Amino acid sequence: MQRIITATVQNSSGVLNRITGMLSKRAFNIESITVGTSEIEGISKMTFVVDVSDESKIEQLTKQLNKQIDVLKVNDITDYSIVARELALIKVGSTSATRSEIQGIIEPFRARVLDISRDSMIIEVTGKPDKVEALADLLQPYGIIELKRTGVTAFRRGKQPRQQVQDFGSISI
Amino acid sequence: MKTQTQNEMKIEEQEQKLRTGADLFIESLVEQNVDTVFGYPGGAVLPIYDALHRAEAPFQHILCRHEQGLIHAAEGYARVTGKPGVVIATSGPGATNLVTGITDAMMDSLPVVVFTGQVSTAVIGTDAFQEADVIGITTPITKHNYQVTDLKELPKVINAAFHIATTGRPGPVVVDIPKNIAQEISDESFSRDFHLPGYQPTVKPNPLQIRRLAEALATAKRPVLLAGAGIHFADADKELLEFAEKYNLPVTTTLLGLGSFPGGHEQALGMAGMHGSYAANMAIYEADLLINIGARFDDRLTGALQHFAPNAKVAHVDIDPAEIGKNVETNIPVVGDAKEALQGLLKIDIEKEDCTEWYKSVLDNKSSSPFWFERSDDLISPQWLIEELHRETSGEAIITTDVGQHQMWAAQFYQFNEPHKWVTSGGLGTMGFGVPAAIGAQLGRPGETVVSIVGDGGFQMTMQELAVIKQHQLPIKLIIVNNEALGMVRQWQEDFYEERYSSSLMTENPDFVKLAEGFGIKGVRVANEADVPGVMKEVFSYDGPVLVDARVQKLDKVFPMVAPGKGNHEMLGVRRCSE
Repeated sequence: MQRIITATVQNSSGVLNRITGMLSKRAFNIESITVGTSEIEGISKMTFVVDVSDESKIEQLTKQLNKQIDVLKVNDITDYSIVARELALIKVGSTSATRSEIQGIIEPFRARVLDISRDSMIIEVTGKPDKVEALADLLQPYGIIELKRTGVTAFRRGKQPRQQVQDFGSISI
Repeated sequence: MKTQTQNEMKIEEQEQKLRTGADLFIESLVEQNVDTVFGYPGGAVLPIYDALHRAEAPFQHILCRHEQGLIHAAEGYARVTGKPGVVIATSGPGATNLVTGITDAMMDSLPVVVFTGQVSTAVIGTDAFQEADVIGITTPITKHNYQVTDLKELPKVINAAFHIATTGRPGPVVVDIPKNIAQEISDESFSRDFHLPGYQPTVKPNPLQIRRLAEALATAKRPVLLAGAGIHFADADKELLEFAEKYNLPVTTTLLGLGSFPGGHEQALGMAGMHGSYAANMAIYEADLLINIGARFDDRLTGALQHFAPNAKVAHVDIDPAEIGKNVETNIPVVGDAKEALQGLLKIDIEKEDCTEWYKSVLDNKSSSPFWFERSDDLISPQWLIEELHRETSGEAIITTDVGQHQMWAAQFYQFNEPHKWVTSGGLGTMGFGVPAAIGAQLGRPGETVVSIVGDGGFQMTMQELAVIKQHQLPIKLIIVNNEALGMVRQWQEDFYEERYSSSLMTENPDFVKLAEGFGIKGVRVANEADVPGVMKEVFSYDGPVLVDARVQKLDKVFPMVAPGKGNHEMLGVRRCSE
């Protein structure tokens, strides 16, 4: 199953290496990692999308992350009401004949054209991973020359529904 | 004239204040009350060694003959004293030679602080002479590591390193110090205060969980305790004894938990696991409540997980929350220090169900199926040799070992009655650990008898450290259990690889007695059982180091045994006493 984990980390040197090293050492299957600075100086936020076989694995993952000295906080936010977004750049083959057709396809996705050349165009799309995948699917017939995705970054929404699912990320015992 | 003198004094004062990073480093170690450092000089740590020279022996410096010797000695020191072992090595090869021992310390949670030299910051990343990416290499094998790139960070980082290594679940911390940082001159005093917001180990267990554990114990009909190395680290052996006696609980231990509960105690079932006792393994197999205090459910302990404590509610006390539920599903997790947890449990008076039947059956197993071995007419059986060692040292020696058959025999037949006296490489299973670990142990506890039981294979991995034993006249007794083989490898080849002894027979061993003599150490060979008592007397009455080349029966195997992939109830080689 796919889980989304967020971590707040101290921005010390080698922190990303420390965390990815731990994940690979313990054989966790990471689908994406994003990392960037936060609203507090010296503190970075990371978002992981992981594929795990069961709940005990995700519990082990969050505990191992928590064990890192540079990690301040870990949450499994999968079961919360969240905002999760990624950005993708897609370079797709296009000629003058297909250009407007492609524009028509991307419009409902609120994607933008960033660059146009004689035989290709670059499209920027932001959204949940399935939205990015859906757009990429539709563009496939035109020939995708290059596709780059940033990976998911995610937040919990300000207001959570009343009934909350168990939060594996902050098990306190 | 007067003013000139004052000026001169001022200059002198200033010169006194001026000190290098290396001086600051030495000061920081002194502030940490370091009394022994295991070190080896080299290019990148020359400034540190010069400062050490200037400081005029601020602490004892032990020059091992290989960096692997340094780190294992530091581990041995840490294991018997509870204080952090401190290591200094140079950059590149100095640092990479430590890797095995750092991993060993990580696996066995030993507090070790390792300082490695590094090339100057200006050339880091250029493949400079003796440069290695020590931070990259040691990140997966340390609790934490630091590279100091600014002199003002040095005192703070050193303090943080000691704090991290010795608190919570102990472990190794590496501090990498570039040469120019050690050389940098400064008259400033830097802050030593560190701030680790992401590191706050839970020491006090949640009282609710303690209460749950107590309730589980109240209703349990077949309870059993499992004591791990956490008891040693928390100095909780007295509390464990009190708790076990209060409720008449049978006690099993892990390999590293040996000595946390007196081996000769009526309630002691001994070590559990692959080569554990039948009584210990069956007690865990049949238990309805398993209380694990400070053990990490290693695979050598559990055997096949589906058969491990299959009917038991599992309570697990561990200071490292990540160990709870990692291997064995846990019903009652208790995060905290073993001593605190036991004290919490002792405060509650539990009305316990009657467990007399259970206790009786457990003790029946203990008396009917003890560890056994066969003696031949004249050859020395290794197990008997260990029993003789126990007799000769009244069971009070500090024992260090490598890994393999001799280690298991020591665990089975040297009955440990006291904590902090069993120094062995558990998790990593490192050959070559025993001799340097004995050096660290002897330096840490000079008044104690230290016996290093090693195999002929492992001994040859770190035998250069005999020079250190000689240099410091450490009265260590080295017993080479010499079966001219990598015994455990040979045993597995016999049992699981149809006796294809591929590269496991050591047919060209050196003459160990002559070797010892070459190092200036007394060497003795013993090959007949009848000679053993005499040799033992000679060895233990001798006031100095002795190496004993004990030629033992070559084909002995360690029994009983849980074959790989099997459950602990399926032990091979269990013998019942005839009576």
